[in-house]
Amino acid sequence: MNAASDQLLVLVLLINILILGTHRTTVAIRAMAAQGVILGLLPILLYSIQSHTLIITIFVLLAKGLFIPWLLLGALKKIDFGEDLQPLFGYSGNILAGAVATMLAFFFAAQLPLAPQHRDLLIVPAALATILTGFIALTSRRKAINQVVGYLMLENGIFIFGLLLTESMPLMVEAGALLDLIAGIFVMGIIIKQIGREFSSIDTSRMTALREVE
Amino acid sequence: MLILFMIMIPLAGALAVWLIPSNSRRPLVLPVVASLHLVLVALALSQPLPEYLSAWIHLDAVGKLFLLEFSVLFSACAWYAVNYLKYRMERDNRVLCMGLQVCLSAMTLATVSHHMGLLWLAIETTTLAMAPLVYFNRNARSIEATWKYMLICSLGIALAFLGILFLAYSMVVTGLSPTLVLEVLQGQAPHLPPAWLKTAFILMLVGYGTKMGLAPMHTWKPDAYGEAPGLVGAMLAGGLANCGLLGLIRIYQICMVTDSHTFYSVTLIGMGLFSIAIAAIFLVHQTDIKRMLAYSSVEHMGLFAVALGLGGKALYGLMLHLIGNGLAKGVLFLSAGNIHRAFASKNRESARGALRRAPWTGAMFLAGFLAMTGSPPFLPFASEFAIFRAAFSQGRPVTGALVALLLMVAFLGMSLTVVPVVFGDPPKNRERTRFSETALLVAPPLALLVILGIIGIWLPEPLYQLVKEAAALLEVAR
Repeated sequence: MNAASDQLLVLVLLINILILGTHRTTVAIRAMAAQGVILGLLPILLYSIQSHTLIITIFVLLAKGLFIPWLLLGALKKIDFGEDLQPLFGYSGNILAGAVATMLAFFFAAQLPLAPQHRDLLIVPAALATILTGFIALTSRRKAINQVVGYLMLENGIFIFGLLLTESMPLMVEAGALLDLIAGIFVMGIIIKQIGREFSSIDTSRMTALREVE
Repeated sequence: MLILFMIMIPLAGALAVWLIPSNSRRPLVLPVVASLHLVLVALALSQPLPEYLSAWIHLDAVGKLFLLEFSVLFSACAWYAVNYLKYRMERDNRVLCMGLQVCLSAMTLATVSHHMGLLWLAIETTTLAMAPLVYFNRNARSIEATWKYMLICSLGIALAFLGILFLAYSMVVTGLSPTLVLEVLQGQAPHLPPAWLKTAFILMLVGYGTKMGLAPMHTWKPDAYGEAPGLVGAMLAGGLANCGLLGLIRIYQICMVTDSHTFYSVTLIGMGLFSIAIAAIFLVHQTDIKRMLAYSSVEHMGLFAVALGLGGKALYGLMLHLIGNGLAKGVLFLSAGNIHRAFASKNRESARGALRRAPWTGAMFLAGFLAMTGSPPFLPFASEFAIFRAAFSQGRPVTGALVALLLMVAFLGMSLTVVPVVFGDPPKNRERTRFSETALLVAPPLALLVILGIIGIWLPEPLYQLVKEAAALLEVAR
């Protein structure tokens, strides 16, 4: 466990805030890809290079660093209506919420009864902060594709927590989870294209046909 | 080998429908696969010693019961699909036929998984496989429903995964080597730090609860159930929702062994009561029959949570209700699909007088409604009664009374919609659809109804033993 991994995790936290604050979807997706690359490097930095960690690294680099961003950018190209949709509470409100969430994550992580070898690491606070900011992005964005970016951020947070268990999780489950994530994003990409076709917009707040009528 | 075949045959079927170019021949694969699956399930259930592939994959009594329910429901949907899809020839049904079978395969895997990670994987796969099916009608409403379904369920399942990681980490904290095998976890649960275990449980309750449709995570459910074709609705309500329940049952089996079991009981009862209450409120004034069924599903998932929380004798009721709820939802959604086709509407304003327009369907919808709301002689009467009795005999009379009251409200609310749909005067000014009742559109839901009636009166001994065994697996807990 070394300082390099902690510095990378700080970078992850900065990317979280960047994604919350940017109004350009392409920037959000590229930042997402960068976060994916960092996540991919972490297993071999934290644990020595063995076949298990190497496979995870390659898998994550390919999936989170390349394939998923490529899927999303492809979907975006087809449905770019040049809309600039303010998220709920505006961009500055989002950044503020993200900062508060990050602080809360650090506070909360300090209270957790962690195993002694994990107490001085950034992993747990970074994981919680990324999950929370992902949740904020997911719920505040109005564009469907940005909601997916939020969901991916949340998944990244969960992956960071999973780093504590890399050595003990069976490879099959991790690979399966990653495959499911890819399939999920793939399906979401298709749906987004359909939303664009149907509504000539990917503003999900226009989708209001289904609600309880009283 | 049986387990392997049960998982692989639907996948082979999915491959087959992918290769078949003809839109009219493709659905014929479904009943073949369903029948094979049903035969295999019957074989697997009749073995005195169930198959044990590994610590990860084997079949216990709980798994058997879920497997039986899934297979019977899928058979009904598969036979129904053959004729239903004839009315929908304008749509390409390749994805629908594939999705249904991939889903069956994943549901089978879920029932035999004794590894929390593998179980999660199977449940997540069912969510993904069903997403394109909700979008079968390809219009603005169904895309909205699919988006909500996809986003909310993915979020839920992600939280459940975090819960699994917490569970594994709780073992690291204790200095044990982490494992996610159910039976090992059960053995070590009393030594795990309660804080981590509780957090893991809450995350998994929220995660799998989203999949089940427990309130307040149920918001995707009326939309998805409302816009999906009837047979997809049946699979969602009787298949996918139960997969969520299975996930919850597995973590329950781990948590209830610990000293803080009261915490888990109270949480489950609270969550369940809240779901039943929300469902009862929205069932009154619900004009859309499929959305109504979705709220009915929320109600019964809530009832499952309450039964889990009560424990003891309620678990017998829960296991019985698993069959009762699953099959009754099949009857209701399949006949609702017929009503939708017959009137080209699923709203009680236009879809009135099903008894005259489609007598079999109307009668089945009515009987299904009575079955679902716990009228004798159907099975849910017996199962719901067992849960009530447990509530009163185990010193939770307030819970029992509240559940009884809310179920009554739900019954009245549903009847406000069901009565006009079944008995009303068919609207005169609407164009008549080309729908006519055929044997394959009537027989599958009718068969489910007959099963519900027969085992409601007389529960066969092997099934009774299986239900008792499954309940006992959960009860060991204390």
